[in-house]
Amino acid sequence: MSKNLGITRRTGLAMALWTGVALTLPMSAQASVSFEGETIEWIIPFSPGGGSDTWARFNAPFLQKYLPGNPTVVVVNEPGGGSTKGANLYAARAKPDGLQLLGTSGSTQFPYLLNDPRVRYDYQDWKVVMASPTGGVVYTTPATGVTAPEEIGKLADQKLTYASQGATSLDLVPLLAFEAMGLDARHVFGFQGRSDGRIAFERGEVNIDYQTSSAYISNVQPLVEAGQAVPLFSWGALDEDGVLVRDPTFPDLPHFGEAYETLTGQPAEGPEFDAYFAFFAAGFPAQKLVVVPSETPDEIVAAYEAAFEAMKADPEYQSAKEAVLGTYEQVTGPQAQTLFERGTTIAPELRDQVVEMLAGEYGVRLGE
Amino acid sequence: MRLSYPIAHGGGDGRRLVAAIPRIAAVADTLINALATLLTFQHMLYMLLGVSVGLTVGVIPGLGGIAGLSLLVPFLYGMDEVSALAMLIGLVAVIPTSDTFSSVLMGIPGSSASQATVLDGFPLARQGQAARALSAAFVSSMLGGLFGALVLTGFVVIARPLILMFGSAELFMLTLFGLSMVAVLAGRSLAKGLAACVVGLLIGSIGGSPATGEFRMIMGFDYLYDGIPLVVVGLGFFAIPEIADLLRRNAAIAEGSALGSGWGQGLRDWWRNVFLSLRCSGLGCMIGAIPGLGGSVVDWIAYGHAVQSTKTDPKFGQGDIRGVVAPESANNAMQGGALLPTMLFGIPGSGSMAVFLGGMVLLGIEPGPAMVGADLDITYSVIWSLAIANVMGAGICLMLAQPIARLTRVPFQVLAPFMIALICFAAFQATRDLADLVALLALGVLGVLMKRFGWPRPALLIGYVLAPQAETYFYQAVQFYDWGFVTRPGVIILALLTVASVVLGLRNRVDETGSAGSVEAGGTDRQRLPQVLFAVAIGLFFLWALRDALGHSFLGMIFPASAAVIGLAMIALLLPQLVTAAPGHKARFDAELAVTPDQGLAGMWGGIGWIAALVAGSAVLGFYAALLLFFPAFLLLRARTRLVPAALMTASAAGVVLLLAWALSLNFPYGLAQEHMALPWPFS
Repeated sequence: MSKNLGITRRTGLAMALWTGVALTLPMSAQASVSFEGETIEWIIPFSPGGGSDTWARFNAPFLQKYLPGNPTVVVVNEPGGGSTKGANLYAARAKPDGLQLLGTSGSTQFPYLLNDPRVRYDYQDWKVVMASPTGGVVYTTPATGVTAPEEIGKLADQKLTYASQGATSLDLVPLLAFEAMGLDARHVFGFQGRSDGRIAFERGEVNIDYQTSSAYISNVQPLVEAGQAVPLFSWGALDEDGVLVRDPTFPDLPHFGEAYETLTGQPAEGPEFDAYFAFFAAGFPAQKLVVVPSETPDEIVAAYEAAFEAMKADPEYQSAKEAVLGTYEQVTGPQAQTLFERGTTIAPELRDQVVEMLAGEYGVRLGE
Repeated sequence: MRLSYPIAHGGGDGRRLVAAIPRIAAVADTLINALATLLTFQHMLYMLLGVSVGLTVGVIPGLGGIAGLSLLVPFLYGMDEVSALAMLIGLVAVIPTSDTFSSVLMGIPGSSASQATVLDGFPLARQGQAARALSAAFVSSMLGGLFGALVLTGFVVIARPLILMFGSAELFMLTLFGLSMVAVLAGRSLAKGLAACVVGLLIGSIGGSPATGEFRMIMGFDYLYDGIPLVVVGLGFFAIPEIADLLRRNAAIAEGSALGSGWGQGLRDWWRNVFLSLRCSGLGCMIGAIPGLGGSVVDWIAYGHAVQSTKTDPKFGQGDIRGVVAPESANNAMQGGALLPTMLFGIPGSGSMAVFLGGMVLLGIEPGPAMVGADLDITYSVIWSLAIANVMGAGICLMLAQPIARLTRVPFQVLAPFMIALICFAAFQATRDLADLVALLALGVLGVLMKRFGWPRPALLIGYVLAPQAETYFYQAVQFYDWGFVTRPGVIILALLTVASVVLGLRNRVDETGSAGSVEAGGTDRQRLPQVLFAVAIGLFFLWALRDALGHSFLGMIFPASAAVIGLAMIALLLPQLVTAAPGHKARFDAELAVTPDQGLAGMWGGIGWIAALVAGSAVLGFYAALLLFFPAFLLLRARTRLVPAALMTASAAGVVLLLAWALSLNFPYGLAQEHMALPWPFS
């Protein structure tokens, strides 16, 4: 932790990196915007203590440190309606003055993509200032006979059980993934979080599961070493052009597209793959987004982007980030824009296809 | 210790358990080192900070670990791990200690972990024995906390396989065991008790169904999609009826002349029941350690155990000190138990633990098997912190017990606006929505009526708290094991325990209707009409719930529909008793019939009217502006204080609420005024 770093070394490092970052940024934006004496509210549409809240509380002090004028940044929780309530409130109230940010999550993107009747916000009205990607690994038990990722084909005609948080939650991604792969997976709903699902795996109640990267490393890796779990594939990451690539945290594991090809013998394409891909993008590479109203002046957005870039060089940030963000880097600018577009748009026919599938196979009636 | 039923790939846990045993010597060494590291001035200072914040947020109903954490997070940066953990543990450990103040003194559950304490703690306060109840509660809390730390020390290394033994089938049986407490809490009439429990089960199943995500009984309100929050239910059913009742009397909370023998007697009471306290600590610890049951039933289970195991002179519901000792021992011990799944699996066993988990992540500590491996020193500093914080918290509370108990001597009409403001503030902590206040008021009206007609509110609360778990785990158990789950050994053991609990419970029942219960209820047809109408109204609610349920798919419908059918059966049993049975029948009860004009009681709905006025004001002007009007109006018109004291009290209340809102970065719910114009904070 931070106590291991000498003060002088830390400051030196920070200054060096800060100079590097500052040089690459438009200086005019820095000069014209100042939040001095202001209070910035960072709206989190979730309860305190959860992933999004922890993420915002982790970032807030650094934002405070690196925004021009050092404003007070407070995290305001507006939970409810699976995050639709807070996002609705933000859509109705926020002004384009940079004093209110919204931190969204996959659970905010999904109802929007599915046209949930509770949604009264539109991502088209917002501009992204930062995107925080995440990833995860799907694994199974050796009882299925699978001993390595290449043997995923052995799952083809087995009965699989998955502990799900609900068909319209983030667990829609594994649901669509298994569907696209043609796996015979039964989704048992009502779990409270991924750690809840992992414990069901350890109890032997389910035989396929996924964990986000940092939870996978600390909790599933020991199971893999003890011969009680076998990794299958990572969800993968998106490169700067929005193309699916291997997750840099797990370079030795195939990504979903590769696993799909191994299992089906078909190239990763077609309507079912595309439907999966839309929700995957919203749930992982673009899971957490910081947005402001579209009319927000460019120099304010630039000031935020500069602050987010500058904080990455802070040694305090670096020492604590892995537990909060996993091994992924928060991004701004064109890269964030790519993720934002991937994570908040879906072709109408793909949406209908998913909504029909959910209604037909899982009895999901949105908002009823 | 090998698991005796088939588990596909759990074999390694048994091996790990055996491998753990030779490590005990090394573990003891780590344990001592952790204590030595912790006992420095700096670490203790941070712990004291955490304890102080924990005590403060515990005292204020509705605020808990979540609010405390947001106050402490700014300090976390740059702190070393041991100090930060000491501070966080200090915070979560003492909340169930200090939440007792409002449960005992005002009848307002200070947090969900102290609801059962109200049942006997508040009657004690009204008898002028607040200091006695408080000191017995605090020393019980301390023992519970220390017990929890002790169990944690012994079990943390071997707890993994034990926790993994509880699958969804066993968890379902545990919820049934929890529901068996209804037998104890059913009051005079079992039919009423079960019907009340069904009302709770139905309220608890409002919102998304766990199996299908279908939204049930939402009536088109966005608010109901997530169900009604626990804080709102607890305050609506317990705090509002008490406030309404006290406002009728226009006297202080304590009826007796003196404050009663002080904390010395409380300590002696506790010592006389020390084995009860230990048993309840054990119960609390176990329930906390099993992930999935949740912390909000532990106090009820401990309370139920106290009632079941008491043979001599039970006065439960009317001020039995054992009804305070039991839940207070259990709720502190629970925190120790709840740390096990939190640290070993990253599964928070209670609301405070979710917050602690968030804090750990911010410190860069990832929960998991490493907590009993490479990071064992962290685990042990957590355990020591837990023990020390519990002693600190109980000590501070004991010192404060005597002076704070004097609050019960204050004329209630002066205290009332503070309490009304407090519960409204607490209620909208739940989702920070005006609808929280509306729901609070609606449930409060139901609570007042239930109190009047002798319907047991604790039975309702147990149903409410356990409804989601019962439904989820049952569905999951059938999915995973099919109906074969009933033959699992754990399930059979828990089933036997449940049966024993029901049998014991039916023998010893709590009667919280108290002395008024002896009234011969309803001589004439006219006099018995109100209670008959109330039972009919509840029956209509069951019918409506049944109709709503039948509109859903099988998996979404089966739980609420079954509950509603049972409820209707109970109403069918109850109605003939109410209509035709002789006066004095145990089912018949109407507290209003005991009211005589010479008692000088004000109208039954006066207090509710004032709360309704504050809620309506908030809907128009926003909460803060409404509060500024409500205070002077109440003090001048209702309490008839003079202008200057009214102004001073308004200013102090306004200041405290403002300070809290600022510290918690809280926006008050919007009223109509805010929809139409931009107002500065705190009016915005």
